[in-house]
Amino acid sequence: MTLFFSLVSYELRITMRQAFSWVTPLVFFIIVICLFPLSIGTHSALLSEIAPGMIWVTALLAVLISIGSLFRTEDEEGSLSLLLLSPYPLSVLVFAKIASYWLTHCLPLICVTPLLGFMLHLPALQVLVLCLTLLLGTPALCLLGAIGAALLVGIRGNGLLLPILIMPLYIPILIFGTSAVLAASQEQPLSAYFAIMGAFTFMSVAMAPILTAVALRMGVSQ
Amino acid sequence: MWDWLKQNGLSPKSFYRTSGLCLPWLTVLFLGCAGFGLIDGLYIAPADYQQGDGFRIMYVHVPSAFAAMAVYFAMAICAVLTLVWRVKLAAVCMSCSAPIGASFTFLALVTGSIWGKPMWGTWWIWDARLTSVLILFFLYMGFIALQSILAEQHYRDRACALIALVGVINLPIIHYSVIWWNTLHQGPSISQLAKPAIAPSMLYPLLAMIAAFFLFYLSVLFMRMRNQILLREKHTHWVREVVLS
Amino acid sequence: MNWIYMGGYGAYVWGAYGLTLVVFVMNYLIVKREKKQIQKRMNRFIQSKDHE
Repeated sequence: MTLFFSLVSYELRITMRQAFSWVTPLVFFIIVICLFPLSIGTHSALLSEIAPGMIWVTALLAVLISIGSLFRTEDEEGSLSLLLLSPYPLSVLVFAKIASYWLTHCLPLICVTPLLGFMLHLPALQVLVLCLTLLLGTPALCLLGAIGAALLVGIRGNGLLLPILIMPLYIPILIFGTSAVLAASQEQPLSAYFAIMGAFTFMSVAMAPILTAVALRMGVSQ
Repeated sequence: MWDWLKQNGLSPKSFYRTSGLCLPWLTVLFLGCAGFGLIDGLYIAPADYQQGDGFRIMYVHVPSAFAAMAVYFAMAICAVLTLVWRVKLAAVCMSCSAPIGASFTFLALVTGSIWGKPMWGTWWIWDARLTSVLILFFLYMGFIALQSILAEQHYRDRACALIALVGVINLPIIHYSVIWWNTLHQGPSISQLAKPAIAPSMLYPLLAMIAAFFLFYLSVLFMRMRNQILLREKHTHWVREVVLS
Repeated sequence: MNWIYMGGYGAYVWGAYGLTLVVFVMNYLIVKREKKQIQKRMNRFIQSKDHE
């Protein structure tokens, strides 16, 4: 456990030193969201109806585009094989990397979501529910994406391959995340949605670090 | 027993020999099943009382959708054999199945859409079954893309096996969430395809066509696998003899 | 003639079956072409090995 936290704080310090790496997904997220009113018009009823789906899809894209480089620095520096040789279980090391990735790449997106929600005329309750679903769902997105990132670790020019590979696996999370906001707008009970999304996230926490570790070992021993 | 099987039954060499013996029979059986299914399905079976002759599209749509799913599960089984027991033949089978499965999925999508036009009045609706077949198609595409980008063969086999496994774990989750999503967003108009129990005279051609699709899958799979085995085992003595003969 | 007409669904039914035929034939032809190419490659490979 101490190992996990010290690794997370180490990763966080590194990311904070190069601010560019965690600001880029945030800027991408905001710009893409702003493109929608510019392209489909500023009719507030329309915008508030499609806002949850829009924000969810954009968050998903922001994760998919950036997570491909999760292991890239290690791979280029050659420290990846050191990671594999370390006496600690690889899945814990991987999980720490994914956790710090989520803290630096997804948490900022969730923090600006209320702002974007109000810009898109989304009622306050729905903004709250949207943030909660993002909070529950994005860890699963990162965990599943990490498997793909580990598989493609040595491949150059994999920019579009990772989305193709991982996107179908994101569909259930997307469906439940946006449906919860829809249900909130119709004043239906929400606990079932949160329970299912929580189940997705815990299932990915249990399985994804192990699969990622397996994929990394396969890639390095080739 | 298992070691013996791995040494003898599942070795590429013995598979090459056995599959060569099986192929003509598979082809004959396929032609027989397809012939019976086509004649019975297109000519003998009576028209449906609701859908008229349009229901005959079912005889290619249902088998292709069924085969598309089954091929993906076969790939997942091969993936386990590849990852856990390192059966060489399973990796070949998995990688050779993917293009055939993808073509079946494509067929299921397009024939479903052709069937939908006269029945629903539109080429595409976001029906739960159509949507989950579409997602299955995406899964196949991801697998094939990964396969085509990885150069080193041993790593490619294992990476593809991993992604096939992850896909098959997710497939039921995706399927049920799509069904649930569909009931949430569905307008009340479409319930035409809720079919009553099928009459036997319509069932026999369907079974024959399903058998035909599987026999076709097996025969093309065997041909593909034989090609791949020659390529992968090119340094061995027996391949040299096969090529020179 | 009535049979080909399929009670008004002729175009759809024959379209679907025709497409099935195309997909099957394509599958078969791709494997056949692959076989030819591999045969050639293997012949060249064995010749180059014999030269050594």
